[in-house]
Amino acid sequence: MLEGGRLMLALDGVSKVYKVGTFGGKRLRAVNDVSFQVAPGEVVSLIGESGSGKSTIGRMVLGLSRATEGTISFEGQDVSRLERRRLHAYYADVQGVFQDPFSSYNPIFKADRVLALVKGFFPEIGRSEWDEKVENALNAVRLEPGACLGKYPHQLSGGQLQRMLIARALLLDIKLLVADEIISMLDASTRIDVLNLLGDLKERGLGVLFITHDLSLGNYISDRAVILRHGMIVEAGATSKVFGNPVHPYTRMLLTSVPQLHTKWDATRPRPVVEQTSGETAAHLVEVEPDHLVAAVGETS
Amino acid sequence: MSVSEPPQPGVAVAGETVSGPATGAPALSEPGVPVAPHVHSEFLHFALRNWKFVAGATIVLACLLVALVGPLLTANAPLAFTGPTDQPPSSEYWFGTTSYGQDVYSQFVYGLRAAFLVGSLGGGIAWVLGAGVGFTAGYRGGWIDDVLNMLTNVVLVIPTLAILIIVAAYLQVQSYWAEAVIIGLTSWPWAARAVRSQTFSLKTREFVDLARLSGRSTRQILTTELAPNMSSYLLMMFILLFGGAILIGASLDFLGLGPSESISLGLMMNNAFLASALLLGSWWWFLPPGLGIVALVGGLYVMNVGLDEVFNPKLRET
Amino acid sequence: MSLRVDDLTVYYRSLRGDVKAVDGATFSIEDGEIMGLAGESGCGKSSLGKSLIRMDARMKHVGGRVELDGRELPIADDRKMNEFRFRDVSIVPQYSMSALTPTRKVGTVARELLESRDVPFDTVKAELVRRLTLVGLSEAVLERYPIELSGGMKQRTVMVISTLLDPSLLIADEITSALDVSSQRAVGELLVEFRDRGFVKSMIVITHDLAILYQVADTILVMYAGKLAEKAPAETIVGAPRHPYTRLLISSLPEVGVRFDETRLAGIPGKPPSLLSPPAGCRFRDRCPLAFAKCEEEPPFVEIEPGHEVACWKAAA
Repeated sequence: MLEGGRLMLALDGVSKVYKVGTFGGKRLRAVNDVSFQVAPGEVVSLIGESGSGKSTIGRMVLGLSRATEGTISFEGQDVSRLERRRLHAYYADVQGVFQDPFSSYNPIFKADRVLALVKGFFPEIGRSEWDEKVENALNAVRLEPGACLGKYPHQLSGGQLQRMLIARALLLDIKLLVADEIISMLDASTRIDVLNLLGDLKERGLGVLFITHDLSLGNYISDRAVILRHGMIVEAGATSKVFGNPVHPYTRMLLTSVPQLHTKWDATRPRPVVEQTSGETAAHLVEVEPDHLVAAVGETS
Repeated sequence: MSVSEPPQPGVAVAGETVSGPATGAPALSEPGVPVAPHVHSEFLHFALRNWKFVAGATIVLACLLVALVGPLLTANAPLAFTGPTDQPPSSEYWFGTTSYGQDVYSQFVYGLRAAFLVGSLGGGIAWVLGAGVGFTAGYRGGWIDDVLNMLTNVVLVIPTLAILIIVAAYLQVQSYWAEAVIIGLTSWPWAARAVRSQTFSLKTREFVDLARLSGRSTRQILTTELAPNMSSYLLMMFILLFGGAILIGASLDFLGLGPSESISLGLMMNNAFLASALLLGSWWWFLPPGLGIVALVGGLYVMNVGLDEVFNPKLRET
Repeated sequence: MSLRVDDLTVYYRSLRGDVKAVDGATFSIEDGEIMGLAGESGCGKSSLGKSLIRMDARMKHVGGRVELDGRELPIADDRKMNEFRFRDVSIVPQYSMSALTPTRKVGTVARELLESRDVPFDTVKAELVRRLTLVGLSEAVLERYPIELSGGMKQRTVMVISTLLDPSLLIADEITSALDVSSQRAVGELLVEFRDRGFVKSMIVITHDLAILYQVADTILVMYAGKLAEKAPAETIVGAPRHPYTRLLISSLPEVGVRFDETRLAGIPGKPPSLLSPPAGCRFRDRCPLAFAKCEEEPPFVEIEPGHEVACWKAAA
């Protein structure tokens, strides 16, 4: 799928299985045999509705949750089961930003504490050098240091808080950012600015795993898209191909259901029917054109 | 009971609004008003305006004052047979005397001291145990949670009274310190449960994830991220445990299971009951300890209700 | 005229003083009209919706009047509004999925609601079942607990129960925000169907999502910082908006097909003013690229062409 040797993040056959029910009898496959890659300077969207497993994948990549099966590799090294010091080193390269800006900050502390928390990664740096680094990071996300430092989270807006979290990630000079629905709780007028910021950072070499339920955002910002349903990949490939030529009925259903400005939902065109899938085995992916994979229809049952 | 739990959606914590749904609308809040009120700076402002808190705290402080200063105002030891029997209140004996000629006032103020001792020590021990077990079980989850849960349930189900009867029979509990420790060791389960569920819901908050991504250890996260966020809850829990310990202590003393070599409010009532003070009409003997317990524990609970309203703005209705 | 709102002003009691959530709103809705109420968070749209049914004890009615079908709604009086709620004005609240008590069966919730309005359950049960079938649910739903239903099912159930007495006005408060894309379309189409079948006469659909409103609403009213900015038919708002805020908002929405490398969309810099002490004059002034001297005086909400009202000096000129 990608030019060899330039992989940054690679997931191979990753699954997450929960034991639920009394005495842990039943098994819930939140993520089922997912494989994809992210190259440096590339934005990959994980698109799916609730229950698709996209956030679970994000958490596994961030080491907040452990994969039950499969491997996650970063720059060739297996990072699926890291502990303490190796995990700490991993966090110098990979960071995350989450959905709710007001939940991401501990309300009893000032907002810039999230920046101070990462100073632990730079034990040798002195005070003034650190302050300069912080200022540069804030400027890179177009935040004015004077307006954000020393304030409590409730005194800042959602957009400013999300940007500060991106600044925190930039302080570490990371290579991969996991962005889990980072703008869905922001107002429409600020969403696009944060998104454009991601685009600029991408052009400077940052890789982004962009998790979202919003197809228009996925289409706007990403180079490649992975469509998830019930923990399984149904379609994946270059964004222009997946969105321009959707093959799987689920992808097509999603695209026709998205409300658009300037085009009404076509009342006469019947929505594609998607059959129920609840199986344990993931369908295997078929290449319908270069850089465009689709789950074989009819196998999932 | 599961080996690992599926992620739970965020649940509202006292004082803050619910975070938006998974497919997100912009964050909900009162229009134009900050989402997470800064607890510390506003606490005093609202606490002093809440009549329940003020009334409750006043009563409790008054009782404390009486407990501290009262004994200094009398020369009579509580158990000494100093005066005539069955005397109603007079200028010499402010609360009258018992059927054995003891000074009721003296017994009352020393009894209040014992109540505060049992409450603070017993409540304190239960608080430490409850918070410790609750935090650990809630944050770690998994098998640690299962084991601690079992322990909590076992202690919860043990009939405290039966245990205390046995202990009283074998150990000859003779000080309120011992009684307080026993109460503390048996009344922590509900607190552990409550802290555990609060920890569960706080654990899913994204700032905990961010702390992990910044390389913080579990202990650091519990003490610097979670506990301060639950400070209002922990405070209220302590007040409830304090009041509860006093009540349990008074009940034990009333049944004659507590120390008999010193005096407490419950013991006063027991003595009064056994000496048929009700039939004799010696209201000055059983009324003060009864009212004392009601005032102290009632004051604590009313203070707690007020605190709940202060910490949780949504309860502050018009 | 189905609904007439005249200079409605509603404040919120809050910790720091009065939040001027809605300031002098004047508009009207015809019979059979679905009006979308759009705006960003904190603009007052939810407050406006809730004030029409008086569902929030923290709200203070400060001024203005509301008339529904010729009768004045006593929105300043909680008790008097009780006669109108559910019969004439009904609401499908935000998070309606949590509106069903988890420890009661759905049927019991419906029964209690109706009987609190002195409507014997048995007289409407047949109609309730008929409507449930219409939205794709079976009668068995009444015997279920809310936890057994999916999000979309709960949403539809709440919609059916809320409209059971055929209210004149239905207020739908962010009912699609918590749903997946596929359910959003189903619920959106359901709203239109309810109006077409006469279950409700007119509707106010409150949401921040302009794209959904374009699909569902006849007219759209855009609010900003407690004031009305623009009201026009949906096509006009999306195709030819006149208020600078509306124009910037529409142009900042990415559509499927627009890509970052090809077209750079722009947002609106800055943030809305605090509603605790809003600035004098036009509230959008600080962020508006077209602001000029006259904007220090507040622009009135005037009709610039039939059916199209705007509060902007530049647009009205």
